[in-house]
Amino acid sequence: MASLRELAKKKNLLTGGHRLCAGCGASITIRQVLLASNYPLVCGVATGCLEVSTTIYPYTAWRCSYIHTAFESVAATISGVEAAYRALKKKGKIEREMKFIAFGGDGGTYDIGFQALSGALERGHRMLYVCYDNQAYMNTGIQRSGATPLGAWTTTTPAGKVIPGKPNWRKDLTACVVAHNIPYVAQASPSHWKDLVSKVEKALETDGPTFINILAPCPRGWRYPESKTIKMAKLAVDSCFWPLYEVEEGKYKLNYQPKEKKPVVEWLQLQGRFKHLFKPENQAILEKFQANVDKAWENLLALAQKT
Amino acid sequence: MKWDIRKIKEWKFYEHPQGITIPEAGNAHYYPTGSWRSQRPEINWDKCTHCLFCFIYCPDSSIIVKGEKVVGIDLAHCKGCGVCAEECPKQAIEMLKERV
Repeated sequence: MASLRELAKKKNLLTGGHRLCAGCGASITIRQVLLASNYPLVCGVATGCLEVSTTIYPYTAWRCSYIHTAFESVAATISGVEAAYRALKKKGKIEREMKFIAFGGDGGTYDIGFQALSGALERGHRMLYVCYDNQAYMNTGIQRSGATPLGAWTTTTPAGKVIPGKPNWRKDLTACVVAHNIPYVAQASPSHWKDLVSKVEKALETDGPTFINILAPCPRGWRYPESKTIKMAKLAVDSCFWPLYEVEEGKYKLNYQPKEKKPVVEWLQLQGRFKHLFKPENQAILEKFQANVDKAWENLLALAQKT
Repeated sequence: MKWDIRKIKEWKFYEHPQGITIPEAGNAHYYPTGSWRSQRPEINWDKCTHCLFCFIYCPDSSIIVKGEKVVGIDLAHCKGCGVCAEECPKQAIEMLKERV
């Protein structure tokens, strides 16, 4: 397990000068993922904030091999690259050990890229898929996605007199991926960098497809001051909205249990996108939100105990 | 490989690389984003313990670390988000208003 001093000595694979917003959670996440690798990398990124802001022609912020791909197909692209690498290695044309990482946002993973992801996991490629989840289509201007939580304001689920934000609960993608029976699945947060880095290290050493779902707070879409990005990620973990856990060969392990489980309201009240939920007429949504979080958390605790 | 793009605006279409590949890795480093900033982080060296939390949480890779120690801030790329000041456990970073 690398310490910060060791990580700081490594080559920084994502340079400054990319055009992601000030305080962007995605770039913090991606930097931590890239720092965890000890191998030459080939990365692919599905269309999203990260892709369009880090590779504006004629500039690229990536210091590793990088493939620009369409919204739905990053898992397919990287699995193809991995298959080509294996073929070349078999023929003796490549000797170096290399690793393959596909990055997708929540739109490109939960919704649009889901079939490509599912296919790649099923085919058993030796690749890591990292989903940086900022809970809406932030790149095109904050539209709802399958990852947007209940009651959140977005431009396609505006909060008004009739509808109080998004009416549905979010999709539990990590559980969907666990159902593919792949060797390693995890959920992480950039606020707990040590946990994140060790999960990436573990995933890259695993022989087979691996998946990590990482929460990446977005100051523009969540409506909070940009200096609070890490605080937001931390509160999501402490309120058990975003539990940190891993599933290794079907065995659940809880990596972090908050000393005191905070009410989810503490996380919601700091975000402008949930502002309307604090009106008296929307009290029921807040209660439903808390009940959903509690249910998922208890489910997870039971799974961690059982396996 | 160093890629000379100083005159890219005058290039004909056939002078661009095929498939719009970018032959130089990480050349965004030459693209300054410091002008986005409205506030600037300043490190109080008496308080800094070189814990490197600012380094791991910086979204713009703008904390310069040499030999396990923080030596400064890359103001050409820092966008002034203030995450470093917020996360510093010793409150050694202060955000100052950027002068015009």
